[in-house]
Amino acid sequence: MFDILSRIRRVGSLSEPLPSPDTDTELTAIQRELHAVFGRALCIRHVDAGSCNGCELEIHALSNPYYNLEGAGIRFVASPRHADLLLVTGPVSVNMEDALRQTYEAMPEPKWVLAVGDCGACGGIFNTNYAVRGPISDVIPVDAVVNGCPPSPLAILRGLVHITRHLDRPRP
Amino acid sequence: MWPDFLDSESVPLRSNVAGCRVLADAHHWTEAADALREAGASLLSLWGSDDRDVDRCFRIRAAYLLPDRVLVIEHAMPAERAVYPSLVPGFPVADRMQRAVHDLLGIRADGGDTRPWLRHGGWPEKVFPLRRDVSSAQTYPIVSVPYPFVPVIGEGVHEVAVGPVHAGVIEPGRFHISVVGEKALRLEERLGYTHKGVAKRFESFAQRDGHRLAARVSGDSTVAFGWAYCAALESITATTLSPRAVALRALALERERIANHLGDLGAIGNDAGFGFGLTQFSSLKEQLLRHNSEVFGQRYLFDFVVPGGVACDLSVRAIPTLLDEIAMLERAVHELRSIYANHEGLQDRFLGAGRLTPDQARTLGAIGLAARASGIARDLRVDQPWTPYDNLAPVLATRTEGDVAARVQLRFDETLESLRLCRQLLDTLPQGELCAEPPMAPAGQLGLGLIEGWRGPVMVALETGPEGRIRRCHPHDPSWQNWPLIEVALLGNIVPDFPLINKSFNLSYSGHDG
Repeated sequence: MFDILSRIRRVGSLSEPLPSPDTDTELTAIQRELHAVFGRALCIRHVDAGSCNGCELEIHALSNPYYNLEGAGIRFVASPRHADLLLVTGPVSVNMEDALRQTYEAMPEPKWVLAVGDCGACGGIFNTNYAVRGPISDVIPVDAVVNGCPPSPLAILRGLVHITRHLDRPRP
Repeated sequence: MWPDFLDSESVPLRSNVAGCRVLADAHHWTEAADALREAGASLLSLWGSDDRDVDRCFRIRAAYLLPDRVLVIEHAMPAERAVYPSLVPGFPVADRMQRAVHDLLGIRADGGDTRPWLRHGGWPEKVFPLRRDVSSAQTYPIVSVPYPFVPVIGEGVHEVAVGPVHAGVIEPGRFHISVVGEKALRLEERLGYTHKGVAKRFESFAQRDGHRLAARVSGDSTVAFGWAYCAALESITATTLSPRAVALRALALERERIANHLGDLGAIGNDAGFGFGLTQFSSLKEQLLRHNSEVFGQRYLFDFVVPGGVACDLSVRAIPTLLDEIAMLERAVHELRSIYANHEGLQDRFLGAGRLTPDQARTLGAIGLAARASGIARDLRVDQPWTPYDNLAPVLATRTEGDVAARVQLRFDETLESLRLCRQLLDTLPQGELCAEPPMAPAGQLGLGLIEGWRGPVMVALETGPEGRIRRCHPHDPSWQNWPLIEVALLGNIVPDFPLINKSFNLSYSGHDG
């Protein structure tokens, strides 16, 4: 136990402030906005619709101490029923098309979709073929995209902050 | 007994490791499999091709891994009778590969499971998309067909079914666990959800661009796949790399191994309820990735390995940064290893969980990290070292217990050894060109690249077409071999240990699904 406490003390806090597209850079301001839009934390459900798993590595990285995602009131949830935002990676494989649709339909309104990575945004290197439907927007409505192969955690975080700031009204 | 034809009828294989090719009729195909089974070979990969435009035949190829070389057995079948002898009796691991070959090409093994594997209803039963007369642009409406999971019946048996979308941030796959009380009686996996038709896609790439697609077969092994592809192409074109380029490739491959092992060590700790482990290891991994970004311009080294060399150089200024990082990581990994070892609650979850005995591992054809944790002391970097590993002399890490604890210990051992290799590479980094683009390969050549990635041997078999095109390219991830191991390792364990056991293998879905 002493070893654990000693390491925690020595490593200290690694968390960095959130990136902000606007001048208002305060973490608390973002949290306030999130609260105004959602009335609580932003809950994300992730679906890998056929990615190469590169994007998943960077989504994982978002949960490491450096990015302090939960500190900003953003968290991943286990069920689409609990989610405000669907974060989707990959070109949509035909074998995942139904599962992606069902996940989207299971989310309560209002809901948003963020497509992460070049494949999700525009189809990427895999193109469309017998096994690939194409970008996420060919299967479900997409509100914003984050490009990159894979996009850095910072880019994904910017995408999340953007979507929560600028899409403050649910789609009709 | 070792049949004569395996020596007398063999021709050299173009590869970064020693190997040969043998043409076999149906009888020899089976005889070779029997002999190789007896000699202790592993089945490395199985793939087919449509060569009806050349000689009105389909071809099936099996690559076997012996301790000192690779053997590719090739069998041609007339288009009218596209059936070959099943390898399942000697190599159970062939089963899913045979099903995948049938789904894509319509050539069938004469035994084994006949359920579709990659085809989930996304294309018609009578359409075989990897055949040359099927257009790469052709798409089909989905006709969902229920998958006949093997039912388990009896008093008190119930079924826990999860997937393809899981509760965490992971790739999609389906697991049916039959349970009695709390214990798992049977696990059946269904994979293929991320199948992207990579093999078909390769056929529209030029040879000099194919490494970009190979690098995206399984993103967490991007350096290994990129290198395997380039090694196949460079073997065909007899391209020699500069010592600096190969040293930088090895540095990238070892950094990929360290990054993945650090991530896994944290995630496995977390799945056993030790959040401290995840916090610490994910921070170390993040520091390594940031150094990658600073030094190589990107965090995950996608497309760093290019045909003929590497995409960017390491500046002199970066070397002290990386050496300091190695020293920091060594200290931290030693300290955390001792914390893991002395944590009773953690060890209570690790020890004995998800055990795969050495006998089971051998019978099932386990490969790579999972095999080394179950007493199979094989590592391509040690057994068949390609340049620059012949000079680095990596030390093999192996364990015999085959449980979660063994797979954790192995990751600690391999991380420390990779850090040592990185230091050695940086201390002795030679001068030289970064990249010399290989000449265009003649058509009809087969090359094989084989690289020990962090998960195990990654293979790319490349067949050249005319005018610098790719005729056929088959990438193979070691997850093919190791997914079936989890079905065995879970037996008798409690269902709540499934995520922990699964994570201790950490296999690729995308790499397997293709």
